[in-house]
Amino acid sequence: MTKKFLFIMGSAPLSGVQVQETLDQILTTAAMDQAVSLLFLDDGVFQLVRDQQPLRAGRKDIALIYQALPIYDVEDLWVETESLQERGLAQADLTLTLRPISRAELGGFVAGHDVVVHC
Amino acid sequence: MKFAIQVNASPCQAQAGESAYQFIKAALDMGHAIVRVFFYYDGVYHGFGGCRPPQDAPRPSQRWAELAERHGVDLVLCISAAQRRGLLTAEEASSAGLPPVPAAAGFRIAGLGLWVAACLQADRVIVFRA
Repeated sequence: MTKKFLFIMGSAPLSGVQVQETLDQILTTAAMDQAVSLLFLDDGVFQLVRDQQPLRAGRKDIALIYQALPIYDVEDLWVETESLQERGLAQADLTLTLRPISRAELGGFVAGHDVVVHC
Repeated sequence: MKFAIQVNASPCQAQAGESAYQFIKAALDMGHAIVRVFFYYDGVYHGFGGCRPPQDAPRPSQRWAELAERHGVDLVLCISAAQRRGLLTAEEASSAGLPPVPAAAGFRIAGLGLWVAACLQADRVIVFRA
């Protein structure tokens, strides 16, 4: 059986081990052959900003895990346009290419998934 | 209807576990089924066996144990999240040369795969977070 999972990436990168554990959840879901999409929202957009040095903040460098997502067939990646704009960021500042979606479209987008996990 | 529940925040710092408990009680009373309650992130602190709140305070872990005993609710602590926070089964403790830190009554320890499996069985998935 396959369901459509949406993980809403809403936490800033240095939120303790939050993001690391979220990625564990995502990779497990993908490894069990489920359809996985990610939406970067609010401070979650900071997760993908280039040239971060998490080791200096006492955290594991998880940038490589994002690069590995295609190996797990996690390739449906979205970002809310307003979240980027409000933080003075543009797609070019991010390490992955994401599909933009507007705040007004979010409701319908989220409703199109079977399981939604806000992380 | 069948529900899968994830609890993501610790009992001391957030209301998530309490809200989840109230929801589960109400759902069971109305004849719904709980496929599994999966404790992840700081939610695993619900299942630490050594918690000793003051005498006059409620004991959330006792109520979880009652849910497991009376209603057969499957309470699962994520193994990787639990290990990261210091919950150690007898086996893990002996290999690490440390005293064991047991899970509370009614809880079992297992991997994230069980969470995904619960999502697949359930009609609805609800995440209680901080």
